Amino acid sequence: MTAAAHWLRHQAPAALLIGLTVTLIWVGLALFAPLLTPFDPIKIDAANALLPPGAAHPLGTDSVGRDLLARILYGARMDLLMAFAGVVGPFLLGTAIGLLAGYSGGWLDAVLMRILEVTISFPYFVLVIAIVSIMGPSLKSYTVSLTIVNWVTYARLVRAETLVLSHADFILAARVLRFGRLRIMFRHILPNTIVPSAVFLMTDAVLTIVLGSSLGFLGLGVQPPTPEWGVMIAEGRTYLGSAWWISLCPGVALCTLAFGLSLVADGVAQVLDPEA
Amino acid sequence: MGRFAFLLRRPFELIPVLFGISLITFILLQLTPGDPVRLLLGPKASEAAIAMVRQKYGLDQPVFLQYLYYIKNVVGGDFGQSISFRSAIGPVLLDRIGPTLYILVYGLTLSVLLTLALGVMAARNRGGWVDQTIRLICVVGVGIPSYFVGLLLVLLLSLTFKVFPVSGYAKSPLENLYHLFLPALTIAISVTPILTRNFRATLLQQMNAGYAVAALSKGVPESAVFWRHVFWNSLLPTVSLFGVVASFLIGGTVVIENVFNIPGLGLLLVRSVLSRDYLVVQGVTLVMASAIVLSNLLVDVLVAVLDPRVKT
Repeated sequence: MTAAAHWLRHQAPAALLIGLTVTLIWVGLALFAPLLTPFDPIKIDAANALLPPGAAHPLGTDSVGRDLLARILYGARMDLLMAFAGVVGPFLLGTAIGLLAGYSGGWLDAVLMRILEVTISFPYFVLVIAIVSIMGPSLKSYTVSLTIVNWVTYARLVRAETLVLSHADFILAARVLRFGRLRIMFRHILPNTIVPSAVFLMTDAVLTIVLGSSLGFLGLGVQPPTPEWGVMIAEGRTYLGSAWWISLCPGVALCTLAFGLSLVADGVAQVLDPEA
Repeated sequence: MGRFAFLLRRPFELIPVLFGISLITFILLQLTPGDPVRLLLGPKASEAAIAMVRQKYGLDQPVFLQYLYYIKNVVGGDFGQSISFRSAIGPVLLDRIGPTLYILVYGLTLSVLLTLALGVMAARNRGGWVDQTIRLICVVGVGIPSYFVGLLLVLLLSLTFKVFPVSGYAKSPLENLYHLFLPALTIAISVTPILTRNFRATLLQQMNAGYAVAALSKGVPESAVFWRHVFWNSLLPTVSLFGVVASFLIGGTVVIENVFNIPGLGLLLVRSVLSRDYLVVQGVTLVMASAIVLSNLLVDVLVAVLDPRVKT
């Protein structure tokens, strides 16, 4: 613990520290939302509609009188959850496929790589929309569609590392010792292939949070009245000229969280992969 | 012929990918909830009419044959009937390609100009505050959603200063240079960080390449080395990157067309998802995926023309 604290204080890149701070602040705000605001994020209060930022409502209210700060704080839960749920599936599936393809080689590798090639020839966002359109918008369809579409980058990264490692001396030694395939793949190759995908994971979280909120914005993601930043930005569009705060505040929230995550991604890349 | 021979072979290598794409859109169609024929004809359709449409699209055949029918129809430009438009989908798609292509090309042009300027500025001031600022913009820029950028531009330039229109699409291409400036700028802002990052890195790498060091050491002025050699040699890897960016760009236009109400494929896609017009969704998906394959082919050709070393 002390070693980690010492490293964070003296050796970690400044970007990483700032990024971690911003991200953790958002996690805290999301967790403690009920303690931080007395307002209900969903209940309609028509008497207080379209109030500009002021003493009672620090960020103003939306077109049906809901407190924007409350909606942003509760919305952080949804956006953080989408960032997390959107990268875990692709990471696990992609890593498994990359490992399998790279270590097995032969026809299995060829088949998996053809599937990969076809998947990347679809525009990422469009394929997600097509899958969501079949399953209907929900957190489940969001997670499933991202897993189906986004495993490719992880698979590529892991496969490339696996191909190199398969011929390393320590793997040959493991094979000479008659270790099982699965044991070699998961115990010996996997831990050594994880760095590039772990670096990409953070960048991916940024892209995913943008993608998830875009779906919400288009009406294909989280459904109103659940607070989510993309949905909120869309709700404020009609009032952009008169009540700009409805769109602007959740947009700024989204940008700060994405900013924090980007800095973490950049910092992690600098620490784990200083060559790049 | 010689080094361009591969260009003749390349289109044939795309066939497996196109086959895969058509297979995936077909599977998506199969997974669609509900009976597409009843959806198309409405609840009051007669059994005879249903049987006729079923036969026309081969829906009374085994799945494997249905796929062949699907391929045959799509190749012939028949994407089926749209429920909400009450017309054939092929012409609807064709109508929508123009606006999408226009803002893509317009946005890409703006973004190339921005990338060249920012990349050169960053690389020539390596480590200085200009470079640091551009680097920061590139790191942060990836995380700013394009629809929010679009709305900010509208708020600032359309609603507050009334310089550009809020949304819409003009008739003539020339008018659209003005009309579609904001959407194009939005696209440019979303792609430029990726391109600039790459271009800067390539410029720096080329500045340290053997030929550049040799030219410098025999006394060629630094700016001459940069502009005559380093700059041109750095363009190539960035051109190759366009293939990757194309996918990102097409996804981006879906969002941006919805922000600015541009009657392109992206607006059609989202409206069709919301109105459960599944055949149109699959049609747009297929067209967009084919566009990516085509743009990759174009990038290959462009790289081959620009780079005499390419022979594969």
